[in-house]
Amino acid sequence: MRYSGFQVIKQALTGHKGWAPAWRDLEPQPHYDIVIIGGGGHGLATAYYLAKEFGQKKIAVIEKGWIGGGNVGRNTTIIRSNYLLDGNEPFYEFSLKLWEGLEQDFNYNAMVSQRGILNLIHSDAQRDAFTRRGNAMILNGADAEMLTTAQIKERYPFLNTNDARFPIKGGLAQHRGGTVRHDAVAWGYARGGDSRGVDIIQNCEVTGFKIENGKCLGVETTKGFIGATKVGCAVAGSSSRLMSKAEMRLPMESHVLQAFVSEGLKPVLPGVITFGAGHFYCSQSDKGGLVFGGDIDGYNSYAQRGNLPVVEDVCEGGMAILPAIGRARLLRMWGGIMDMSMDGSPIIDRTHIEGLYFNGGWCYGGFKATPASGFAFAHLLAKDAPHETATAYRFNRFETGHMIDEKGMGNQPNLH
Amino acid sequence: MIINHPLLGPRDSAEFTYLGDARLIDRPDWQSDTATAEFHDYGYLRDNPAGNHRELWFHEGGDRSWLVVTRNTVTHEIKSVELARDVARAQGRSK
Repeated sequence: MRYSGFQVIKQALTGHKGWAPAWRDLEPQPHYDIVIIGGGGHGLATAYYLAKEFGQKKIAVIEKGWIGGGNVGRNTTIIRSNYLLDGNEPFYEFSLKLWEGLEQDFNYNAMVSQRGILNLIHSDAQRDAFTRRGNAMILNGADAEMLTTAQIKERYPFLNTNDARFPIKGGLAQHRGGTVRHDAVAWGYARGGDSRGVDIIQNCEVTGFKIENGKCLGVETTKGFIGATKVGCAVAGSSSRLMSKAEMRLPMESHVLQAFVSEGLKPVLPGVITFGAGHFYCSQSDKGGLVFGGDIDGYNSYAQRGNLPVVEDVCEGGMAILPAIGRARLLRMWGGIMDMSMDGSPIIDRTHIEGLYFNGGWCYGGFKATPASGFAFAHLLAKDAPHETATAYRFNRFETGHMIDEKGMGNQPNLH
Repeated sequence: MIINHPLLGPRDSAEFTYLGDARLIDRPDWQSDTATAEFHDYGYLRDNPAGNHRELWFHEGGDRSWLVVTRNTVTHEIKSVELARDVARAQGRSK
Protein backbone atom coordinates (compact mmCIF):
# COMPACT_ATOMS: atom_id res chain seq x y z
CA MET A 1 0.00 0.00 0.00
CA ARG A 2 1.29 3.43 -0.92
CA TYR A 3 1.01 5.92 1.94
CA SER A 4 -0.51 9.28 1.05
CA GLY A 5 -2.80 11.98 2.37
CA PHE A 6 -5.61 10.46 0.33
CA GLN A 7 -4.97 7.07 1.99
CA VAL A 8 -5.17 8.63 5.48
CA ILE A 9 -8.56 10.20 4.67
CA LYS A 10 -9.84 7.01 3.07
CA GLN A 11 -8.80 4.90 6.05
CA ALA A 12 -10.26 7.41 8.48
CA LEU A 13 -13.63 7.15 6.73
CA THR A 14 -13.53 3.34 6.79
CA GLY A 15 -12.58 2.94 10.45
CA HIS A 16 -8.83 2.41 9.87
CA LYS A 17 -9.50 -1.24 9.06
CA GLY A 18 -7.49 -1.27 5.84
CA TRP A 19 -3.97 -0.74 7.21
CA ALA A 20 -1.70 -3.71 6.67
CA PRO A 21 1.52 -4.48 8.58
CA ALA A 22 4.41 -2.46 7.16
CA TRP A 23 6.41 -5.61 6.45
CA ARG A 24 5.81 -9.35 6.52
CA ASP A 25 7.17 -11.53 9.31
CA LEU A 26 8.79 -14.42 7.44
CA GLU A 27 10.59 -17.67 8.04
CA PRO A 28 13.83 -18.14 6.08
CA GLN A 29 14.02 -19.91 2.73
CA PRO A 30 16.85 -22.44 2.23
CA HIS A 31 18.89 -20.24 -0.14
CA TYR A 32 19.21 -16.59 -1.13
CA ASP A 33 21.37 -14.69 -3.57
CA ILE A 34 22.31 -12.21 -0.89
CA VAL A 35 21.91 -12.50 2.87
CA ILE A 36 22.42 -9.37 4.97
CA ILE A 37 23.23 -10.03 8.61
CA GLY A 38 21.86 -7.27 10.79
CA GLY A 39 18.42 -5.68 10.48
CA GLY A 40 19.47 -2.27 11.68
CA GLY A 41 19.47 0.91 9.64
CA HIS A 42 22.51 -0.03 7.57
CA GLY A 43 21.43 -3.61 6.87
CA LEU A 44 17.89 -2.63 5.91
CA ALA A 45 19.13 0.25 3.76
CA THR A 46 21.51 -2.16 2.00
CA ALA A 47 18.68 -4.57 1.22
CA TYR A 48 16.43 -1.72 0.09
CA TYR A 49 18.98 -0.28 -2.35
CA LEU A 50 19.97 -3.76 -3.57
CA ALA A 51 16.36 -4.36 -4.56
CA LYS A 52 15.54 -0.86 -5.77
CA GLU A 53 18.73 0.47 -7.37
CA PHE A 54 20.71 -2.63 -8.28
CA GLY A 55 17.93 -4.95 -9.46
CA GLN A 56 18.86 -7.80 -7.16
CA LYS A 57 16.36 -10.55 -6.34
CA LYS A 58 16.21 -13.10 -3.52
CA ILE A 59 17.55 -10.97 -0.70
CA ALA A 60 17.12 -11.66 3.00
CA VAL A 61 17.87 -9.55 6.07
CA ILE A 62 18.34 -11.59 9.20
CA GLU A 63 18.09 -9.86 12.55
CA LYS A 64 18.88 -11.23 16.00
CA GLY A 65 16.20 -9.17 17.75
CA TRP A 66 13.46 -7.07 16.21
CA ILE A 67 13.52 -4.32 13.60
CA GLY A 68 14.35 -0.99 15.22
CA GLY A 69 15.56 -2.57 18.46
CA GLY A 70 19.29 -2.10 17.97
CA ASN A 71 21.57 0.87 17.51
CA VAL A 72 19.22 2.50 14.98
CA GLY A 73 16.94 3.17 17.94
CA ARG A 74 19.69 4.10 20.39
CA ASN A 75 21.40 7.11 18.77
CA THR A 76 20.90 10.86 18.98
CA THR A 77 19.37 11.11 15.45
CA ILE A 78 21.68 13.81 14.04
CA ILE A 79 22.46 14.08 10.33
CA ARG A 80 25.27 16.25 8.95
CA SER A 81 28.16 16.14 6.50
CA ASN A 82 30.73 18.36 8.20
CA TYR A 83 33.84 16.24 7.71
CA LEU A 84 37.31 17.34 6.72
CA LEU A 85 39.10 14.55 4.90
CA ASP A 86 38.74 13.52 1.26
CA GLY A 87 38.06 9.90 2.18
CA ASN A 88 35.05 10.94 4.26
CA GLU A 89 33.45 14.16 3.07
CA PRO A 90 32.13 13.05 -0.35
CA PHE A 91 30.61 9.98 1.29
CA TYR A 92 28.84 11.91 4.05
CA GLU A 93 27.66 14.56 1.60
CA PHE A 94 26.24 11.78 -0.58
CA SER A 95 24.49 10.52 2.54
CA LEU A 96 23.02 13.94 3.33
CA LYS A 97 21.71 14.21 -0.24
CA LEU A 98 20.05 10.81 0.12
CA TRP A 99 18.49 11.98 3.41
CA GLU A 100 17.05 14.98 1.61
CA GLY A 101 15.12 12.80 -0.82
CA LEU A 102 14.59 9.82 1.44
CA GLU A 103 10.97 10.22 2.48
CA GLN A 104 9.74 10.57 -1.11
CA ASP A 105 12.06 7.76 -2.16
CA PHE A 106 10.77 5.15 0.29
CA ASN A 107 7.31 6.66 0.82
CA TYR A 108 7.56 6.90 4.59
CA ASN A 109 7.53 9.82 6.97
CA ALA A 110 10.93 9.72 8.64
CA MET A 111 10.55 13.28 9.95
CA VAL A 112 13.74 14.47 8.26
CA SER A 113 14.20 17.94 9.69
CA GLN A 114 16.99 20.10 8.28
CA ARG A 115 17.08 22.44 11.24
CA GLY A 116 20.81 23.03 10.95
CA ILE A 117 23.83 22.09 13.02
CA LEU A 118 26.17 24.59 14.67
CA ASN A 119 29.68 23.71 15.90
CA LEU A 120 30.71 26.33 18.44
CA ILE A 121 34.17 27.89 18.41
CA HIS A 122 35.98 28.90 21.62
CA SER A 123 39.47 29.91 20.53
CA ASP A 124 41.36 31.42 17.61
CA ALA A 125 43.03 28.10 16.80
CA GLN A 126 39.65 26.45 16.66
CA ARG A 127 38.37 29.15 14.34
CA ASP A 128 41.25 28.36 11.97
CA ALA A 129 40.53 24.63 12.15
CA PHE A 130 36.81 25.11 11.55
CA THR A 131 37.41 27.55 8.69
CA ARG A 132 39.54 24.89 7.05
CA ARG A 133 36.86 22.29 7.65
CA GLY A 134 34.18 24.57 6.24
CA ASN A 135 36.29 25.12 3.12
CA ALA A 136 36.77 21.36 2.72
CA MET A 137 33.01 20.92 2.97
CA ILE A 138 32.32 23.57 0.35
CA LEU A 139 34.94 22.05 -1.97
CA ASN A 140 33.04 18.78 -1.76
CA GLY A 141 29.70 20.35 -2.57
CA ALA A 142 28.36 20.65 0.97
CA ASP A 143 27.19 23.89 2.57
CA ALA A 144 29.07 25.63 5.37
CA GLU A 145 28.95 29.08 6.90
CA MET A 146 31.04 30.70 9.59
CA LEU A 147 28.83 32.59 12.02
CA THR A 148 29.83 35.41 14.33
CA THR A 149 28.89 35.46 17.99
CA ALA A 150 26.27 38.13 17.24
CA GLN A 151 24.66 35.93 14.60
CA ILE A 152 24.67 33.00 17.03
CA LYS A 153 23.10 35.07 19.81
CA GLU A 154 20.29 36.02 17.47
CA ARG A 155 19.32 32.40 16.96
CA TYR A 156 20.37 30.99 20.35
CA PRO A 157 19.97 33.87 22.82
CA PHE A 158 20.30 31.62 25.87
CA LEU A 159 23.80 30.34 25.03
CA ASN A 160 26.45 31.38 27.53
CA THR A 161 28.69 33.34 25.18
CA ASN A 162 30.68 34.97 27.99
CA ASP A 163 31.80 31.90 29.90
CA ALA A 164 35.09 32.77 31.64
CA ARG A 165 36.85 29.61 30.53
CA PHE A 166 35.19 28.82 27.17
CA PRO A 167 33.65 31.98 25.68
CA ILE A 168 31.82 31.42 22.39
CA LYS A 169 33.82 33.11 19.63
CA GLY A 170 31.70 32.02 16.68
CA GLY A 171 30.56 28.85 15.03
CA LEU A 172 30.62 26.70 11.94
CA ALA A 173 27.08 26.15 10.71
CA GLN A 174 25.80 23.59 8.29
CA HIS A 175 22.23 24.62 7.60
CA ARG A 176 21.34 21.42 5.77
CA GLY A 177 22.19 19.28 8.78
CA GLY A 178 19.50 18.36 11.27
CA THR A 179 17.69 15.44 12.84
CA VAL A 180 15.59 12.47 11.72
CA ARG A 181 13.14 10.23 13.55
CA HIS A 182 15.53 7.30 13.89
CA ASP A 183 13.24 4.31 14.24
CA ALA A 184 11.13 5.53 11.34
CA VAL A 185 14.28 5.17 9.25
CA ALA A 186 14.44 1.48 10.11
CA TRP A 187 10.71 1.05 9.54
CA GLY A 188 10.77 2.94 6.26
CA TYR A 189 13.66 0.93 4.85
CA ALA A 190 12.13 -2.32 6.14
CA ARG A 191 8.80 -1.52 4.49
CA GLY A 192 10.47 -0.33 1.28
CA GLY A 193 12.59 -3.46 1.06
CA ASP A 194 9.74 -5.77 1.96
CA SER A 195 7.48 -4.32 -0.72
CA ARG A 196 10.23 -5.09 -3.26
CA GLY A 197 10.48 -8.72 -2.19
CA VAL A 198 13.17 -8.59 0.51
CA ASP A 199 12.62 -11.25 3.20
CA ILE A 200 13.00 -9.75 6.68
CA ILE A 201 13.60 -12.47 9.24
CA GLN A 202 13.49 -11.32 12.84
CA ASN A 203 14.54 -13.16 16.01
CA CYS A 204 17.09 -15.12 14.01
CA GLU A 205 20.63 -15.00 15.37
CA VAL A 206 23.64 -15.99 13.31
CA THR A 207 25.63 -18.65 15.15
CA GLY A 208 28.28 -19.30 12.52
CA PHE A 209 29.37 -19.12 8.90
CA LYS A 210 29.69 -22.10 6.57
CA ILE A 211 33.06 -21.56 4.93
CA GLU A 212 34.62 -24.15 2.63
CA ASN A 213 37.83 -23.71 0.63
CA GLY A 214 37.91 -20.00 1.38
CA LYS A 215 34.35 -19.45 0.15
CA CYS A 216 31.35 -18.51 2.27
CA LEU A 217 28.37 -20.73 1.43
CA GLY A 218 25.87 -19.39 3.94
CA VAL A 219 25.15 -18.83 7.60
CA GLU A 220 24.14 -21.06 10.49
CA THR A 221 21.35 -19.46 12.47
CA THR A 222 19.00 -20.21 15.32
CA LYS A 223 16.44 -20.94 12.57
CA GLY A 224 18.73 -23.37 10.78
CA PHE A 225 21.18 -23.10 7.90
CA ILE A 226 20.54 -20.41 5.29
CA GLY A 227 22.51 -20.75 2.07
CA ALA A 228 23.71 -17.64 0.29
CA THR A 229 25.79 -16.74 -2.73
CA LYS A 230 26.92 -13.59 -0.95
CA VAL A 231 26.77 -12.68 2.73
CA GLY A 232 26.98 -9.06 3.89
CA CYS A 233 27.60 -8.28 7.56
CA ALA A 234 26.23 -4.99 8.89
CA VAL A 235 26.19 -5.37 12.66
CA ALA A 236 28.21 -2.36 13.84
CA GLY A 237 28.75 -2.53 17.60
CA SER A 238 29.01 -6.32 17.50
CA SER A 239 31.20 -6.65 14.42
CA SER A 240 34.10 -8.28 16.27
CA ARG A 241 31.76 -10.83 17.85
CA LEU A 242 30.21 -11.77 14.52
CA MET A 243 33.40 -11.82 12.48
CA SER A 244 35.20 -13.91 15.12
CA LYS A 245 32.88 -16.70 13.94
CA ALA A 246 34.70 -16.45 10.61
CA GLU A 247 37.99 -16.33 12.53
CA MET A 248 38.64 -12.71 11.63
CA ARG A 249 40.17 -10.15 13.97
CA LEU A 250 39.09 -6.61 13.19
CA PRO A 251 40.81 -3.23 13.58
CA MET A 252 38.32 -2.10 16.20
CA GLU A 253 37.17 -2.15 19.80
CA SER A 254 33.58 -2.02 21.04
CA HIS A 255 32.79 0.94 23.29
CA VAL A 256 29.69 2.29 24.99
CA LEU A 257 28.34 5.75 24.20
CA GLN A 258 25.69 7.19 26.47
CA ALA A 259 22.81 9.39 25.41
CA PHE A 260 20.35 11.42 27.45
CA VAL A 261 16.89 12.92 27.15
CA SER A 262 15.51 15.59 29.45
CA GLU A 263 11.88 16.05 30.38
CA GLY A 264 9.72 17.65 27.70
CA LEU A 265 10.19 21.42 27.41
CA LYS A 266 8.66 24.12 25.28
CA PRO A 267 10.65 24.81 22.09
CA VAL A 268 13.99 26.33 23.13
CA LEU A 269 16.55 24.83 20.78
CA PRO A 270 15.79 25.39 17.09
CA GLY A 271 18.76 23.39 15.76
CA VAL A 272 21.59 21.10 16.79
CA ILE A 273 24.46 22.67 18.75
CA THR A 274 27.83 21.19 19.68
CA PHE A 275 30.27 22.40 22.32
CA GLY A 276 33.76 22.90 20.92
CA ALA A 277 35.80 22.80 24.10
CA GLY A 278 34.45 19.65 25.71
CA HIS A 279 32.27 17.00 24.22
CA PHE A 280 28.58 17.87 24.36
CA TYR A 281 25.96 18.06 21.64
CA CYS A 282 22.28 18.73 21.94
CA SER A 283 19.08 19.00 19.95
CA GLN A 284 15.43 19.17 20.94
CA SER A 285 13.09 16.42 19.87
CA ASP A 286 9.65 17.17 18.49
CA LYS A 287 8.22 15.90 21.78
CA GLY A 288 10.22 18.60 23.57
CA GLY A 289 12.94 16.58 25.27
CA LEU A 290 16.51 17.84 24.99
CA VAL A 291 18.44 14.98 23.39
CA PHE A 292 22.12 15.17 24.23
CA GLY A 293 25.31 13.19 24.49
CA GLY A 294 29.06 13.44 24.72
CA ASP A 295 32.09 11.21 24.94
CA ILE A 296 32.24 7.45 24.98
CA ASP A 297 33.02 5.93 28.37
CA GLY A 298 36.48 5.05 27.11
CA TYR A 299 36.97 1.34 27.84
CA ASN A 300 35.86 -1.77 25.94
CA SER A 301 32.24 -2.53 26.72
CA TYR A 302 29.32 -4.55 25.44
CA ALA A 303 27.13 -3.57 28.40
CA GLN A 304 24.74 -1.07 26.73
CA ARG A 305 24.98 1.04 29.86
CA GLY A 306 27.64 3.46 30.99
CA ASN A 307 29.06 4.78 34.21
CA LEU A 308 28.64 8.01 36.16
CA PRO A 309 31.94 9.86 35.47
CA VAL A 310 30.93 10.38 31.82
CA VAL A 311 27.39 11.40 32.82
CA GLU A 312 28.96 14.11 34.95
CA ASP A 313 31.36 15.15 32.20
CA VAL A 314 28.57 15.46 29.61
CA CYS A 315 26.36 17.47 31.96
CA GLU A 316 29.27 19.79 32.81
CA GLY A 317 29.74 20.43 29.10
CA GLY A 318 26.05 21.21 28.83
CA MET A 319 26.16 23.61 31.77
CA ALA A 320 29.14 25.45 30.26
CA ILE A 321 27.28 26.59 27.14
CA LEU A 322 23.65 26.13 28.14
CA PRO A 323 23.31 27.01 31.83
CA ALA A 324 19.51 26.83 31.61
CA ILE A 325 19.82 23.09 31.12
CA GLY A 326 20.56 22.84 34.84
CA ARG A 327 16.88 23.38 35.60
CA ALA A 328 15.72 20.55 33.37
CA ARG A 329 15.40 17.10 34.85
CA LEU A 330 16.91 14.10 33.14
CA LEU A 331 14.20 11.77 31.97
CA ARG A 332 16.06 8.90 30.33
CA MET A 333 19.60 7.79 29.64
CA TRP A 334 20.96 4.74 27.90
CA GLY A 335 24.06 3.33 26.29
CA GLY A 336 24.70 1.97 22.82
CA ILE A 337 27.64 -0.14 21.72
CA MET A 338 29.76 1.01 18.82
CA ASP A 339 32.61 -0.33 16.75
CA MET A 340 35.39 2.14 17.49
CA SER A 341 37.82 1.63 14.65
CA MET A 342 41.54 2.31 14.71
CA ASP A 343 41.30 5.56 12.75
CA GLY A 344 37.76 6.61 13.59
CA SER A 345 36.44 5.82 10.12
CA PRO A 346 34.31 2.93 8.85
CA ILE A 347 35.02 -0.10 6.67
CA ILE A 348 32.89 -1.15 3.68
CA ASP A 349 34.86 -3.86 1.97
CA ARG A 350 35.22 -7.45 0.87
CA THR A 351 36.88 -9.82 3.31
CA HIS A 352 39.58 -12.33 2.39
CA ILE A 353 36.80 -14.94 2.33
CA GLU A 354 35.05 -15.12 -1.05
CA GLY A 355 31.39 -14.19 -0.83
CA LEU A 356 31.73 -12.57 2.60
CA TYR A 357 31.41 -8.78 2.74
CA PHE A 358 31.75 -6.41 5.65
CA ASN A 359 30.24 -3.09 6.69
CA GLY A 360 31.12 -1.72 10.13
CA GLY A 361 33.47 0.37 12.22
CA TRP A 362 31.06 3.31 12.26
CA CYS A 363 32.29 4.64 15.59
CA TYR A 364 29.60 7.01 16.85
CA GLY A 365 28.82 8.40 13.40
CA GLY A 366 26.78 5.57 12.01
CA PHE A 367 23.30 7.04 12.03
CA LYS A 368 23.94 9.95 9.66
CA ALA A 369 25.67 7.53 7.30
CA THR A 370 22.73 5.12 7.08
CA PRO A 371 21.53 5.87 3.51
CA ALA A 372 24.99 6.16 1.94
CA SER A 373 26.26 3.16 3.87
CA GLY A 374 23.36 1.09 2.56
CA PHE A 375 23.82 2.42 -0.96
CA ALA A 376 27.59 1.88 -1.01
CA PHE A 377 27.33 -1.59 0.55
CA ALA A 378 24.62 -2.55 -1.95
CA HIS A 379 26.90 -1.30 -4.74
CA LEU A 380 29.76 -3.42 -3.42
CA LEU A 381 27.57 -6.52 -3.04
CA ALA A 382 25.95 -6.16 -6.45
CA LYS A 383 28.95 -5.10 -8.53
CA ASP A 384 31.93 -6.32 -6.49
CA ALA A 385 33.39 -2.83 -6.72
CA PRO A 386 33.27 -0.03 -4.16
CA HIS A 387 30.93 2.89 -4.69
CA GLU A 388 32.76 6.00 -5.88
CA THR A 389 32.26 7.77 -2.54
CA ALA A 390 33.41 4.80 -0.45
CA THR A 391 36.67 3.78 -2.10
CA ALA A 392 38.76 4.68 0.94
CA TYR A 393 36.93 2.44 3.42
CA ARG A 394 39.17 -0.57 2.95
CA PHE A 395 40.42 -3.17 5.41
CA ASN A 396 43.99 -2.85 4.19
CA ARG A 397 44.32 0.89 4.77
CA PHE A 398 46.16 0.24 8.03
CA GLU A 399 48.75 -1.83 6.15
CA THR A 400 49.17 0.68 3.36
CA GLY A 401 49.14 3.74 5.59
CA HIS A 402 45.97 5.29 4.16
CA MET A 403 44.23 5.90 7.45
CA ILE A 404 41.28 8.30 7.49
CA ASP A 405 41.91 9.87 10.86
CA GLU A 406 39.74 12.99 11.18
CA LYS A 407 41.06 13.83 14.64
CA GLY A 408 44.65 12.70 14.12
CA MET A 409 44.56 10.47 17.19
CA GLY A 410 46.33 7.40 15.81
CA ASN A 411 45.40 3.82 16.59
CA GLN A 412 43.72 4.55 19.90
CA PRO A 413 40.02 3.79 19.37
CA ASN A 414 38.78 5.39 22.59
CA LEU A 415 40.15 8.78 21.53
CA HIS A 416 38.36 9.04 18.19
CA MET B 1 33.88 1.05 38.51
CA ILE B 2 36.31 0.45 41.34
CA ILE B 3 39.74 -0.89 40.46
CA ASN B 4 41.41 -2.73 43.31
CA HIS B 5 44.98 -1.48 42.89
CA PRO B 6 47.49 -4.09 44.11
CA LEU B 7 49.50 -1.44 45.97
CA LEU B 8 46.94 1.24 46.87
CA GLY B 9 43.73 -0.69 47.38
CA PRO B 10 40.34 0.18 45.87
CA ARG B 11 40.46 3.29 43.63
CA ASP B 12 37.85 5.00 41.42
CA SER B 13 38.35 4.11 37.74
CA ALA B 14 38.11 7.83 36.95
CA GLU B 15 41.68 8.15 38.32
CA PHE B 16 42.91 5.94 35.49
CA THR B 17 43.33 6.22 31.77
CA TYR B 18 42.65 3.28 29.53
CA LEU B 19 44.98 1.98 26.86
CA GLY B 20 43.44 -1.28 25.63
CA ASP B 21 44.11 -4.97 25.21
CA ALA B 22 46.92 -6.24 27.48
CA ARG B 23 48.40 -8.05 24.49
CA LEU B 24 50.06 -4.71 23.76
CA ILE B 25 52.70 -5.97 26.22
CA ASP B 26 53.69 -8.56 23.61
CA ARG B 27 55.52 -6.21 21.28
CA PRO B 28 56.77 -8.11 18.21
CA ASP B 29 60.43 -8.54 17.39
CA TRP B 30 61.40 -5.78 14.99
CA GLN B 31 64.16 -7.91 13.50
CA SER B 32 61.82 -10.72 12.52
CA ASP B 33 61.42 -11.41 8.77
CA THR B 34 57.69 -10.95 9.13
CA ALA B 35 57.95 -7.85 11.34
CA THR B 36 55.83 -5.66 9.03
CA ALA B 37 52.86 -8.01 9.18
CA GLU B 38 53.34 -8.64 12.89
CA PHE B 39 53.42 -4.95 13.70
CA HIS B 40 50.27 -4.39 11.64
CA ASP B 41 48.46 -7.05 13.66
CA TYR B 42 49.95 -5.73 16.90
CA GLY B 43 49.07 -2.13 16.20
CA TYR B 44 45.69 -2.48 14.58
CA LEU B 45 43.93 -5.81 15.16
CA ARG B 46 42.11 -6.65 18.38
CA ASP B 47 40.19 -9.66 19.74
CA ASN B 48 37.60 -7.32 21.28
CA PRO B 49 35.74 -10.07 23.16
CA ALA B 50 32.34 -9.88 24.84
CA GLY B 51 33.29 -11.33 28.21
CA ASN B 52 36.57 -11.43 30.08
CA HIS B 53 39.13 -8.99 28.71
CA ARG B 54 42.67 -8.40 29.96
CA GLU B 55 43.43 -4.74 29.50
CA LEU B 56 45.95 -2.06 30.40
CA TRP B 57 45.00 0.81 32.70
CA PHE B 58 47.36 3.59 33.76
CA HIS B 59 46.98 5.15 37.20
CA GLU B 60 47.46 8.67 35.92
CA GLY B 61 45.78 10.35 38.86
CA GLY B 62 47.66 8.23 41.37
CA ASP B 63 50.97 6.38 41.55
CA ARG B 64 51.39 6.24 37.74
CA SER B 65 51.73 2.49 37.62
CA TRP B 66 50.44 0.42 34.73
CA LEU B 67 47.94 -2.29 35.66
CA VAL B 68 46.60 -5.34 33.87
CA VAL B 69 42.92 -5.49 34.76
CA THR B 70 40.83 -8.54 33.90
CA ARG B 71 37.33 -7.22 33.44
CA ASN B 72 34.10 -8.58 32.02
CA THR B 73 33.08 -6.29 29.14
CA VAL B 74 29.43 -7.33 29.44
CA THR B 75 28.95 -6.82 33.18
CA HIS B 76 31.89 -4.44 33.99
CA GLU B 77 32.83 -6.84 36.80
CA ILE B 78 36.56 -6.79 37.58
CA LYS B 79 38.01 -10.23 38.19
CA SER B 80 41.63 -9.46 38.94
CA VAL B 81 44.12 -6.61 38.96
CA GLU B 82 47.87 -7.14 38.53
CA LEU B 83 50.82 -4.83 38.16
CA ALA B 84 51.69 -4.77 34.46
CA ARG B 85 55.39 -5.01 35.28
CA ASP B 86 54.76 -8.32 37.09
CA VAL B 87 52.84 -9.63 34.09
CA ALA B 88 55.54 -8.47 31.69
CA ARG B 89 58.33 -9.96 33.80
CA ALA B 90 56.51 -13.28 34.03
CA GLN B 91 56.49 -13.27 30.22
CA GLY B 92 60.18 -12.40 30.10
CA ARG B 93 59.43 -8.98 28.63
CA SER B 94 61.09 -6.74 31.18
CA LYS B 95 64.07 -6.76 33.50
